[in-house]
Amino acid sequence: MKIKILYFAWLRERIGKSSEVIETEAKTVEQLIKDLRSKEERYDFAFSDLSSVRVALDQTLSTFDSSLKNVNEVAFFPPMTGG
Amino acid sequence: MTVLVQEKNFNLADEINQLKTADGATGAIISFIGIVRGDKSLKALELEHYPKMTFTALEEIKNKALKKWNLIDVRIVHRFGHLSLGEQIMMVAVAAPHRREAFEAADYIMDFLKSRAPFWKKEHGDNGSVWVNANPEDEKSLARW
Repeated sequence: MKIKILYFAWLRERIGKSSEVIETEAKTVEQLIKDLRSKEERYDFAFSDLSSVRVALDQTLSTFDSSLKNVNEVAFFPPMTGG
Repeated sequence: MTVLVQEKNFNLADEINQLKTADGATGAIISFIGIVRGDKSLKALELEHYPKMTFTALEEIKNKALKKWNLIDVRIVHRFGHLSLGEQIMMVAVAAPHRREAFEAADYIMDFLKSRAPFWKKEHGDNGSVWVNANPEDEKSLARW
């Protein structure tokens, strides 16, 4: 399936792009991260410490074990610093 | 009930005037402004956000506050983009029949804004640029509610 991925803040900088559409068989966020990490070293580096990575599925904050079924947009970013 | 996400500055008095205070029902208005803080080495703050998610996230925080307290109106303005030292970042204003619920709701909204609104801050200073790490205390604050 095709899925749109967005990157923000230092994840965007480390990966070197703010968004991309990829073809993946990943069923969960965890599997998608594994796929991405095996792609290139900059992905591996960006996702090397998952305790400082958050994920949103179709703009809703989610967890790494969440299913990607019917998800159109995945966003990866560091812990938020609003306010 | 209004949520605004904008690059331009805001005027607190103007924003408060926009609150729908339902003639006679409002007894208290509480407002909070967040300001770019830093020492002399800090030149500016870059606020990045996730446009498609920001508005929804702020709306959700506001709606949760409305469920928890008896409020008359809530207004949230959050800026993004390039902000200089001392500039206003965001504001929240709450109108309620009584002060206690207004104070508590504003406090609640701020706590959730800190770690549940998709904004990221990058500090630009004399020694280069650095992403601001989330304060673990902010995450812990959510447990208060």
